[in-house]
Amino acid sequence: MLENIRLSFQGIWSHKMRSFLTMLGIIIGIASIISIVSTIKGTNEQIKENLIGAGNNSIQIELYQGDSAYWMDQGAPQGVSAPNQEVLEEVLKIPEVKSASFYNKRDYADSIYYKNTSMDGGKLLGIDRNYLSAAGYDICAGRGFADSDYTQIKKVAILDDKAASTLFQHENPLGKTIELKGEPFTVVGVAKASEEFEPVINSWNDYYTYYGEQMAGFVLVPTASWPILYGFDEAQNMVLQANSTEEMSDAGRKAAEVLNTNLVSDQEQFGYKAQDALEKAKNLQKLSASTNNQLLWIASISLLVGGIGVMNIMLVSVTERTSEIGLKKAIGARKRTILGQFLTEAAVLTSLGGVIGVAAGNVLAKVISRISGTPAAISIPAIVGSVAFSMLIGIIFGLLPSIKAANLNPIDALRHE
Amino acid sequence: MILELRDICKDYIQGKMTVPVLKNVCFEMEEGEYVAIMGPSGSGKTTLMNIIGCLDQATSGTFLLDGEDIGGLNDNQMSEIRLRKIGFVFQSFQLLPRQSALENVMLPLSYAGVPKKERRERAVMALERVGLGDRIDFKPTQLSGGQKQRVAIARAMVNHPKILLADEPTGALDSKSGEQVMDLFHSLNEEGVSILMITHDADIASCAQRQVIIRDGILRQGGR
Repeated sequence: MLENIRLSFQGIWSHKMRSFLTMLGIIIGIASIISIVSTIKGTNEQIKENLIGAGNNSIQIELYQGDSAYWMDQGAPQGVSAPNQEVLEEVLKIPEVKSASFYNKRDYADSIYYKNTSMDGGKLLGIDRNYLSAAGYDICAGRGFADSDYTQIKKVAILDDKAASTLFQHENPLGKTIELKGEPFTVVGVAKASEEFEPVINSWNDYYTYYGEQMAGFVLVPTASWPILYGFDEAQNMVLQANSTEEMSDAGRKAAEVLNTNLVSDQEQFGYKAQDALEKAKNLQKLSASTNNQLLWIASISLLVGGIGVMNIMLVSVTERTSEIGLKKAIGARKRTILGQFLTEAAVLTSLGGVIGVAAGNVLAKVISRISGTPAAISIPAIVGSVAFSMLIGIIFGLLPSIKAANLNPIDALRHE
Repeated sequence: MILELRDICKDYIQGKMTVPVLKNVCFEMEEGEYVAIMGPSGSGKTTLMNIIGCLDQATSGTFLLDGEDIGGLNDNQMSEIRLRKIGFVFQSFQLLPRQSALENVMLPLSYAGVPKKERRERAVMALERVGLGDRIDFKPTQLSGGQKQRVAIARAMVNHPKILLADEPTGALDSKSGEQVMDLFHSLNEEGVSILMITHDADIASCAQRQVIIRDGILRQGGR
C-alpha cells in the first residue's frame, strides 16, 4: 500500500503538467466549497457575535402592541397596569436569570440639550441601581448613581458614550449641565457597553438589526428623578441578564411569561416580549446558510466534472501503460494488485487535488473577505471532509479505469508497443 | 519432468472461422535442460510460449508444469504460477522505464510478499549475478541494450523460478551483447536452471543443448 502511494507520487511527479491539469477540476471544486463554507461559518460567527456575543447576556423585555414594540414616546399606554416590585421578585426567582431591573423609557426624547447642541433620536431612561450591570454597561468615566442620588432625588445624569460624543464632541462632559425637558441635570458619569463590537453591515437588514437600537445615544437618570421630567409614570420595560448565552432564550421567555401573567390591560393586544437575540441569530444564520447551500450544490457539480476529468485521464493512462500492465501481470501480479495500484493512483491524485484545493479555498476565502468585508472562518470539519471526499471521488471515478487495467489480457498487453 | 505437453491444440476464432494454431503438440522437458524452440514467424511458437508461460490456456490437451496440471486454473492461480515457477525474458526487455534497475528486479519479490529488507538483498544479489552490481540505481534509459536484458534476466531469476522462458532474448541486441546474454544463459544452466528459449536464429539456437522446430503448428523434435 505504502509502496503504491510512493509509486503514485512518482507517477504524478513525472507527469507534472498532466497531473496538475487533471487535478484542476478537483482543485476548483474543493476550493469553491471551502471558500463558501468558510464564508458561511464566518458570517454565522459574526451574526452570533453581533447579536448575542456582546458578552453581557442581557435581554430587553419590552411592551408590545400587537406585533410591534410599543413606542414609549408618549409614555406608558393608558389602561395598562405597570409591573410592581413583587413581579420583579418573581422574575428574579427564575433560575436562568442572574439580575433584572425595571426602567422607564422615552423613545426619541426630543429635548435633550447641551448649550445649543441638541441630540435627536436619543433615548431617555429612568433606571434603578441594578440597571447598568443587568444591561451590560460599565462606567468608563465619572461615577454611577449613588444611593444619595435616589434618596435626595438629585438631578444627575449618566450618558452613554454615543450620547456623550454627540452632545459634547471633544469636551469632557463630567460636571457639565445638560437640559432635559428644560430641567438642568448634571452629568456625573459616562457609561459604555462592557464589550464593544463592530457589526458588519452588508444590507439594510443588517443596518436595522444592528443599529436600529444603538445608533442614537442614551441618557440615563435615576428613577427617583423621573417624575421631575414625566410625572409619576410607571416603569414598563425590563432588562435582565441571563447566567449564560445559552440560557438567554429561556430566561427571556420565562421572564416575559411572568410579566404577562401579571399584566392587566383593558386592551387585548398588549403583551411583553423578550428580544430573543439567540433566536434571531439562528434565523439569520439559517437564512445565510440556505442561500449559500445553493452555491454549495453548484460547487459540487464542478467536483463531479472534475471527477469525470480524472476518469478520462485515468483511462488514457491505462491505455498508455498497457505494456507495463501486461508485464506486471506476466511476472505474477494478480488482478487485485493491478486494481489496487490504479485505484491508489487515482485516489492519491484527487486527494492531492483536494489538499491543494483546500489551501486555495482558504486563500480565496481570505481574499473575498478582504474585498467584500464578509468575515471568513476556517472550518476544520470542512477541510477534513473535503480531502476525504476528494479521495472518494478518486476511488469512484478511478474504479472503471482500474477494472479495465486489471482485466487486461497479458498477451495482448505485452504485444502492445 | 519440468514440462509435459500432451496433444496440445490451440484454436483462434476469427469471425466464423476457427483457425488452428497448434496442432497436437507433444513436448517434454527435463529439469535442468536447455532447449531452443525454432520456427519462422507465424509458426505458432509464440502461442506455444504463451501456453507454457501460463499466459494462455490451451484449447485441448494436457499441460503439466512441474507436475501440476495447468488446465482449468483460474486467472489468479495462473498469476501465482507465473510468479512462483516461471521467469520471463522478453525480446523488448519490458523494464519499467521510470524505475531503477534495482526497483525493476524487486518488483516480482513485492508480488510474492517478500519482506522489504530481504527484497533489496535478493535483488542486489541477482543484479550482481548478472554482472550489474555497480548499476543498481541506474534507470533503464541509462543502460545499454545488453545491460537492460541482463536486468530483465535478473528480474526473471530473482524469485528462483522452476524455468526461465526467453522469447527472442537476443532479438533486439547487437551480436556482442547477444553473445554475453547467451553466455549468461549457459552459466545459469550450468547452475541447474531450466531454460526454454524461442528464436528464429539458428546460431542462437545452437547454444542450447537441444533444438526443436515448430512449423505450421506442428512440433518436430530435434536431436538431443
